[in-house]
Amino acid sequence: MSSWETVIGLEVHVQLATKTKIFSGASTTFGAEPNTQACAIDLAMPGTLPVLNKQAVHYAVMFGLAIDAEIAKESAFERKNYFYPDLPKGYQTTQLEKPIVGRGNVEIQLADGRTKNVRIHHAHLEEDAGKSLHEGDFRHGVSGIDLNRAGTPLIEIVSEPDMSNAEEAIAFAKKLHSIVTSIGICDGEMSQGSMRFDVNVSVRRTGAAELGTRTETKNLNSFKFMEECIAKEVERQIDLIEDGGTVLQETRLYNGDTKVARSMRSKEEANDYRYFPCPDLLPVILTDETIEELRRNLPELPDARQARFVAQYGLSDYDAGILAYDSAMAAYFEVATARSGSAKLVANWTMGELAARLNSEDISIVKSPVTAEQLAGLITRIADNSISGKMAKEVFEGIWDGEGNADDIIETRDLKQVSDSGALEQIVAEVLAANQAMVDDYINTDEAKRKKKLGGFMGQIMKASKGQANPQQVNQILAKKLSELL
Amino acid sequence: MHIERHEIEKLATLARIAINEDTISDVTARLSSVLDLVDQLQAIDTDGVAPMSHPMQSTQRLREDEVTELNQREALQAVAPDIEEGLFLVPKVIE
Repeated sequence: MSSWETVIGLEVHVQLATKTKIFSGASTTFGAEPNTQACAIDLAMPGTLPVLNKQAVHYAVMFGLAIDAEIAKESAFERKNYFYPDLPKGYQTTQLEKPIVGRGNVEIQLADGRTKNVRIHHAHLEEDAGKSLHEGDFRHGVSGIDLNRAGTPLIEIVSEPDMSNAEEAIAFAKKLHSIVTSIGICDGEMSQGSMRFDVNVSVRRTGAAELGTRTETKNLNSFKFMEECIAKEVERQIDLIEDGGTVLQETRLYNGDTKVARSMRSKEEANDYRYFPCPDLLPVILTDETIEELRRNLPELPDARQARFVAQYGLSDYDAGILAYDSAMAAYFEVATARSGSAKLVANWTMGELAARLNSEDISIVKSPVTAEQLAGLITRIADNSISGKMAKEVFEGIWDGEGNADDIIETRDLKQVSDSGALEQIVAEVLAANQAMVDDYINTDEAKRKKKLGGFMGQIMKASKGQANPQQVNQILAKKLSELL
Repeated sequence: MHIERHEIEKLATLARIAINEDTISDVTARLSSVLDLVDQLQAIDTDGVAPMSHPMQSTQRLREDEVTELNQREALQAVAPDIEEGLFLVPKVIE
């Protein structure tokens, strides 16, 4: 294996979070009844003409600014001609010669702490196609077409082949996800197809100057599928070449459920798209004023947010990175921190308990059953020592299950931690008095081994306090009282 | 420039146009004559001339991002040859 190297490039389709289509005023809301958001323009009725959506243009420019790319002051649309039932016009309106976003750069962080620059070749505006449904109760030999998605604005981001393994490709994909959601141009809902990745993979002997023949696996919509698909494709290509075969330039489809990729079409018989300038659309001109205004109003980027979290809240680089890269998680963290004043506790709970529960139940943080305000309420009670860490987990579960806010649950379940030192001293004294044999055993034990005996006392004291004693305080009081008996 | 018969056949396939045996040589000749005009244009020296995206000296107007087209599925599907549960039905396509 060591004699091979892998070259990976990505093409990423990002659905822009506009209210309407790129060329029509039909809604883009996800999940509507089939064909209720497909207007005469989306259906390519004769006589209709496209009118370009300003917000889509601005979102594309914002992406370009976020990756420090050249913005084309004049861009233009072409027609890419092919026949498929989910494309009523018989062509996709897209950009080829003059894309709106030129060369840019995306820096990725890797697990070993290295960073790497991935060059962006360009990003262009285009329209999404509809959906073909092959399953269902249709008559034999029939497919159903839903054109609600037809005309949804996309930017297609094309990277240079700068990634050399799955880890780098995933890091790049996640960074793009982080950027487009942070600047608010895409909702980032991968399961709804809001971001889709085409992965170009080739292999070559280490040190070879020429790139190997690449294959393109289309429409991956999860990071996990991408990782699996790259691993399998690299292995397939190496096996093929080592067995004396050659890799064909082809388009492949990966099925995330069956974990099997298959060839979709070979480029040889392919597609001659006969691009030509779209006569229905004039050149798109951007003024310096527009570009500068968009630059001024560009929301905070993930890298800047990470640096701010380190400086403002004293988080580690690593923790700040995790919180800052997911804009929804970052917003949650900041609300809970503002309310509770305890950044580190909020960070630990958000990345720990909360993230674990959300992951295990596959809920996004924006729909978290525990709101940022509620988590802040819980953190406040941890920070002021009202409840122990163990009690806090119980309270968290209560909030998750909809039993109310932290204070309600602490009240109804009688979870208040006893931190009053007078009351604690009394409990400790009582426990020591009631367990003279344990005390004698402690005194007679060799000093070096006495520490091990403390657990027994702690157990009795927690039991006596019904689990509500503040353990740190009990530790101190117990150590003091026992030392007095020696 | 002469266009070959097999190129016409390929273009017809790509454009989903049926050209029958009787007319294919006529189509080939006529398209070749169009390409002759293109050859004349190609001969012009365009060094230093910026490529033109559109013949009109105008730029694209942009539309505000507001919903203006409401659901007209019933009317629009009235002309469809076959529908079911709101979907347009077509001969099975699987890639």
